[in-house]
Amino acid sequence: MEPITFASALANLSMMAPEIWQAVKETALMLSIGLGAALFVGGPLGIVLYLTQPGQLFAHRGFNAVLGWFVNLVRSFPFIILLVSLGPLTRILVGSTIGPVAAAVPLSFAAIPYFARLVEQTLREIPRGVIEAAEAMGASPLQIITKVLINEARAGLISSLTILTISFLSYSAVAGVVGGGGIGDLAIRYGYYRFQTDVMVGMVLLLVVIVQIIQFIGNRLASRLDKR
Amino acid sequence: MIHLNDVKKRFRRPDGGWFDAVSDTSLSVSAGEIFGLIGFSGAGKSTLLRLINLLERPDAGAVIVDGQDLTQLSGAELRRARQNIGMVFQQFNLLANRTVAENVAFPLEIAGWKREAIRQRVAECLEIVGLTDRAGHYPAQLSGGQKQRVGIARALAPRPHVILADEPTSALDPKTTQSILECLRDINARFGVTIVIVTHEMGVIRSICHRAALLDAGRVVEVINVEAGRVDARSDLARSLLEAA
Repeated sequence: MEPITFASALANLSMMAPEIWQAVKETALMLSIGLGAALFVGGPLGIVLYLTQPGQLFAHRGFNAVLGWFVNLVRSFPFIILLVSLGPLTRILVGSTIGPVAAAVPLSFAAIPYFARLVEQTLREIPRGVIEAAEAMGASPLQIITKVLINEARAGLISSLTILTISFLSYSAVAGVVGGGGIGDLAIRYGYYRFQTDVMVGMVLLLVVIVQIIQFIGNRLASRLDKR
Repeated sequence: MIHLNDVKKRFRRPDGGWFDAVSDTSLSVSAGEIFGLIGFSGAGKSTLLRLINLLERPDAGAVIVDGQDLTQLSGAELRRARQNIGMVFQQFNLLANRTVAENVAFPLEIAGWKREAIRQRVAECLEIVGLTDRAGHYPAQLSGGQKQRVGIARALAPRPHVILADEPTSALDPKTTQSILECLRDINARFGVTIVIVTHEMGVIRSICHRAALLDAGRVVEVINVEAGRVDARSDLARSLLEAA
């Protein structure tokens, strides 16, 4: 095997540009579906977790405990086990267990309870008195959720979403195991199994750059939205 | 305007026992009055105030505001009734991510006012509390006294008949306290809003109240008249509160 030089690595990677671009698109697709599910299912779930806590608007100890237990249950699964054990469900939902859309199913499953907990925790930081003031003004529960809870916690919610995005960028690499594709998968197939170290290093560097960009955007957005 | 008839409220203590915050208390506040609730810590004055807009639901008794028994209302009816009862808090409880103008607009949005009507009413209310030039600021950029003025403007915005003030000056220095009290007195005089104010300071009672109830251990000990800053009281409690002031 020839020694790797910077020039040879660069030539190699540029030759693979179409495949790399394909992998980036697959990763983006997996993440969008997973984060979408987290936002639209995990978000409301987190709000319900928060509102059913003792002392909150819809305090219900039993319901809260059962829901919390269920969330913990899904969160306990190692992701790779969730990935393979959800195969049959994925086949029903997507019609296949291979490809980025199929891999997005277990990703969503893991992302929903994760984001729900992040949302619950973020909402806890809102002072009780602010919610009480809205109640005293005659706000309905829906108005309290949309105008008080989400708006007051918006900076924290953006930070939570940033954390989630970065965690799941890394989870999505594992999805390559079931043919999910993506950047991480490319790194493993070419870099690890075919001993193309330059490809592996190149893909890891690409992920590093993507993570930095996501964190930068998340921080900027959160601090711009935070007026506290 | 406000009638509390034999209201009772008890809370569960951490040790499992019960704490009677308010026991079998009746109280009447007339329209256009500034009525004080005074007592030492734990006397039940805040709980009594919070019974008036049902932030605390009484275990027994009736809460009649503007001729309506609030305890008999459905959720939606209670929300509508609450739009007629403003509230001002010790810790201001402003929305941190909304500007001053947006905070004052908040109760109007809840009540379903039209955009243009909201804009006008917000401008009016900021004018009343003297914060027109701070409309675009966020609460974090304001002093304590300014925050409380926003709180008052917000309570006043939906043209309520009643404003409940829970220790509105206890987080403020003496000079700011005076200006906030003047602001409340001004609103009472100009718009005839009935104000119920909770305090532990006799000075607050003396400076703006027409009458006040002295509370101890969840009961009204005495209702006193205040005239020209003079308190006419008989009970021992009144004397000790006067001495503490």
